[in-house]
Amino acid sequence: MLDEKPPCLSTRGLTKVFGLGNQRCVAVDHVDLDLGETEVVSIVGESGSGKTTLAKLLLGLINPTEGEVYFQGKKRDIRTQKKKREYWRNIQAIFQDPYTSFNIFNKIDAVLLDCIHMRGGRKLPQARKVELMKEACSFVNLKFEELTNKYPFELSGGQMQRLMIARIFLLKPKILFADEPTSMIDACCRATILDMLMQLRRETNMTLIFITHDIGLAYYVSDSVYIMKQGKFVESGCADDVILHPRETYTQRLINDVPKMHEAWDLSTV
Amino acid sequence: MAEVMLEVRELSTKYVTRFQESVYAVDHVSLKVEEGKSLGIAGESGCGKSTLALSLMGYYFAPLHYMSGEIIIDGRNISGMNPDDVRKSILGSEIAYIPQSAMNALNPTQKVINIIKDVFQAHDPYKTKQEIHEYARDCFECLGLPVEVLQKYPVELSGGMKQRTVIAVSVLLYPKVLIADEPSSALDVTSQKMVIKMLKKLMEDGFIKSMIFITHELPLLYNVTDDIMVMYAGQIVEKATAKEAVFDPLHPYSKGLMGSIIVPESGLRDVKLAAIPGVPPNLKNPPTGCRFAERCKFVIPECRVTSVGLKEIEGDRSYRCIFSEKELREAYLKEAYQYAR
Repeated sequence: MLDEKPPCLSTRGLTKVFGLGNQRCVAVDHVDLDLGETEVVSIVGESGSGKTTLAKLLLGLINPTEGEVYFQGKKRDIRTQKKKREYWRNIQAIFQDPYTSFNIFNKIDAVLLDCIHMRGGRKLPQARKVELMKEACSFVNLKFEELTNKYPFELSGGQMQRLMIARIFLLKPKILFADEPTSMIDACCRATILDMLMQLRRETNMTLIFITHDIGLAYYVSDSVYIMKQGKFVESGCADDVILHPRETYTQRLINDVPKMHEAWDLSTV
Repeated sequence: MAEVMLEVRELSTKYVTRFQESVYAVDHVSLKVEEGKSLGIAGESGCGKSTLALSLMGYYFAPLHYMSGEIIIDGRNISGMNPDDVRKSILGSEIAYIPQSAMNALNPTQKVINIIKDVFQAHDPYKTKQEIHEYARDCFECLGLPVEVLQKYPVELSGGMKQRTVIAVSVLLYPKVLIADEPSSALDVTSQKMVIKMLKKLMEDGFIKSMIFITHELPLLYNVTDDIMVMYAGQIVEKATAKEAVFDPLHPYSKGLMGSIIVPESGLRDVKLAAIPGVPPNLKNPPTGCRFAERCKFVIPECRVTSVGLKEIEGDRSYRCIFSEKELREAYLKEAYQYAR
């Protein structure tokens, strides 16, 4: 299926190096990645393996040291602010920490209004804008009436993360990066958030990229999984193959370290 | 029968806000931890797990206030004791507490050895510098931590190492009970495993006699603890052995919690994750009836009126629901049948 369409987002030799001399640290090391349209992909790795740096490179938040990013078959050009905005209309992200993802000076309706404007709805009548915002809030089970005139920090972590999804609902990007979307919220909210993300994906047919250290989550949501170690992909493929029958020793160790329900957890192998 | 290390009877505590409103965060909780056992506390955020952990220490400071109940550590009642006495004679030596995000608790301007010296200054001021050094070295070696850590500043350590250092420092005085509040929530899987291995080793080597482990990660809880207690809105809703609580939960809330487990095992992708709709009630004025009624699938009008106590059933289990064990099991079977269709 993947071979028929050109990849939506791809990278060739993408590298990011931090520091100089003996402080030099290669965070992302010559990564080649092809993401097809409507695919759900997980990038899994330990902390410090370069997952978040890779996401930042792909989002255009930091510049690569070397290598290229291709978006819809063309070389990505985000050298001016205008072009960056255009790019971000198609590529969006949900970040790990909902508490720091919002501008604390903006009220919630301003946050949502911004998204409508970014989608080109600046000239819509006010009533229609409110309608859109209400629709977005009801999609994530929040009540718009309760949110107006509130600041994001007045909400709980789970609510903020849902508001983040409401933003994505309004923006309808082609590609969504979810950088540890559930690591700061508890296990029961996690199911709700995942459900919403998957429903949103079904409705908008976007490409969804999960960046996570939670192997269970990666296995549950994604079609294919990439295992990252020290800036490189060590194993990739269909989720069932990689998670249930890992070939690389690193992947095997990673999966062994997760506490399981039906298998014994071997503590002697650390 | 094993000796009871920590016994809590009908403990209630509350928070008092600056507007003088009371939030009843822990409501008539009773529990018992025996020597060599570990007790897990599960529940979603805001259900009072961490407050319970704080209350168990007997060390209350505003806005947390003690209301009623007894805390008995190794036969000694510490409830209602002067906070200063508790700090001097109970904390560290009888109960050790590892708070959430404990790795930020290390003073960044002090070397680890100075932090250890601090502990001894408070509890055993007659120990000489030499003795403390030797003791700390032995302790760290025994726990499998590199001795070089002692001479380092906390910023030089990785997250997992910091967490293990905090644990090592907190068990220096051989406490009877260790309360670990989400000790591994900020760590990745490998560091998490190391922390858990260390906690298990502490129990085996007799550094601690018993442990209370708080987390919302159920697979972890199942693998670490002997018994699990599920909390909801400040109350205990179910108490059972780890295996029963996870594979055969009785209370509808526990059932919902177990439905949200994600582990990388075959068969996971066929299961639909069951999220519990809604949010926990506001504990400023808790509902009169069952606190879970608003979110429960099997709610009947009676639930909202009558409050139910913990029902004891065979096998040392208890749960808090208006329905009988048989009725609940039938309801779950029916639900599973409908889902299969």
